[in-house]
Amino acid sequence: MSTPEFLARPGVPFYDSAERRSRSLAEARALWQYRGLVHELVVRDIKVRYKRSVLGIAWTMLAPLLNMVALTLVFSSILKQQITNYPVFFMSGAIFWAFFAQTTTSAASQTQESNELAKRIYVPRSVFVAAAVGVGLVNLVLSIVPLVLILLVTGFPIHATWSFLPVAVLIEALFAAGVGFFLFTLASRFSDVREMYQVIVQTWFFLTPIVYHPAIVPPKFRFALWLNPLYYLVQTFRKPVYDGVLPSPALIGASLALSVVVFLSGWIYFANRADRFAYEG
Amino acid sequence: MSAAIRLEKVSVRYRIPRERIGSLKEYAIRRLKRRLFFDEFEALREVDFEVGPGEGVGVIGRNGAGKSTLLRLVARVMLPSAGRVVVVGRTAPLLELGLGFHGELTGRENIMLHGTLLGFSRAEMRSRTPRIVEWAELEEFIDAPVRTYSTGMAARLAFSVATDVDPDILLDETLDGLVEMFKEWYKNALNKGVNVFTDLTRDNPQTFQGLYSEVGNHLLQRKDAPMRHRKHAHA
Repeated sequence: MSTPEFLARPGVPFYDSAERRSRSLAEARALWQYRGLVHELVVRDIKVRYKRSVLGIAWTMLAPLLNMVALTLVFSSILKQQITNYPVFFMSGAIFWAFFAQTTTSAASQTQESNELAKRIYVPRSVFVAAAVGVGLVNLVLSIVPLVLILLVTGFPIHATWSFLPVAVLIEALFAAGVGFFLFTLASRFSDVREMYQVIVQTWFFLTPIVYHPAIVPPKFRFALWLNPLYYLVQTFRKPVYDGVLPSPALIGASLALSVVVFLSGWIYFANRADRFAYEG
Repeated sequence: MSAAIRLEKVSVRYRIPRERIGSLKEYAIRRLKRRLFFDEFEALREVDFEVGPGEGVGVIGRNGAGKSTLLRLVARVMLPSAGRVVVVGRTAPLLELGLGFHGELTGRENIMLHGTLLGFSRAEMRSRTPRIVEWAELEEFIDAPVRTYSTGMAARLAFSVATDVDPDILLDETLDGLVEMFKEWYKNALNKGVNVFTDLTRDNPQTFQGLYSEVGNHLLQRKDAPMRHRKHAHA
């Protein structure tokens, strides 16, 4: 029993700190092994948030509705923006945005809890970002309810193209996870990342056509849209809901490519830094 | 049971920034000015040892001798700066009782959370739950939020989860009072062939030596106080 290889036995957990496998793959395997923990963290988050509140889960649905009413007033009555059925236009964008903003902000805020736990026992830290994405997805599904409500009230048709939504959500989730991994890694080293990101998210919201139609952007500022990855993503998400058409293959391709690149680079950056977290605590 | 631990020429160096730089803004500015200084602190230097299957080892040593660092390496909470750590078997921290427990969740939900935190699958935890509940004698309260539990009930639940985990290697930073409490438990574990690896701490190692020759078979003494190196390093 002198060589560690000799100690390895099937069915017995084996850990070798010197193993020179790719960090990204090792973390991916660990995340898969701890998928049960991701599930439990998502359940805990949802349950704890709503357990002691009067309105409970209805909050998730109420918040975008109230927002919608306020913004509809501002944009259709005061600014006289020419968008037919603005509530549906806004809601489809708002649901998209809420998922992205919530997930990434939560990923940036996970570091404290993850440090507390990971200081004591081994946990692959990617579970915390994965849980943030999971909670975001649950909330997104819940917020489809007020959207459908609006559709029914306004008599807007539910297009067959809705069936494309899961794909659009998947593309967005990849993108949000990638950004989340970057933020989580930075936030575990620097305490001001969270506050900085709050400001960035605010600005990003107005740079992305959520409350306004991309067509109202003057031609000389169009480049700002084209440089914004969320522009492609929100279009991919909104077209099947609001316009009732499938996004063009070029648009889907662009969104997917952006998301995959952001996700992979976020993951690799995170995985290669993960070893240092214990030293930076 | 074939659990074992092996450390080969393991060193751990902490880098302590001269001034605490907590913000990204400040870090960026200093990096540009090349004004980032660190002290290197060597907690462990080229440590070699091996723990065979079923052995119990207690580490004693002065404050700051690197006992906790040693444990953290075996728990794979941190990677060594140099050298190699090999651990065969499932490790579990006994005294991290109730880690991750949340008052708003029910006892049952907390069992699931704590178990998956230790790396078990949900299916496995579901099948373990009845035994844990029975052992903790909490059948009537298991679906009530843990915040409604008395301190004793919460402790019973946490302990019951911990003992059901069946680790191959127990890791501990033992607190003075608790050693006595868990003495029997350690003995049982050792009889079952579980490795016990404890940081027998703090002020008065002599009081633990007697106990440990009873409980464990080894005492690992860390005499060398770590060296403090002053180094100016550019990040």
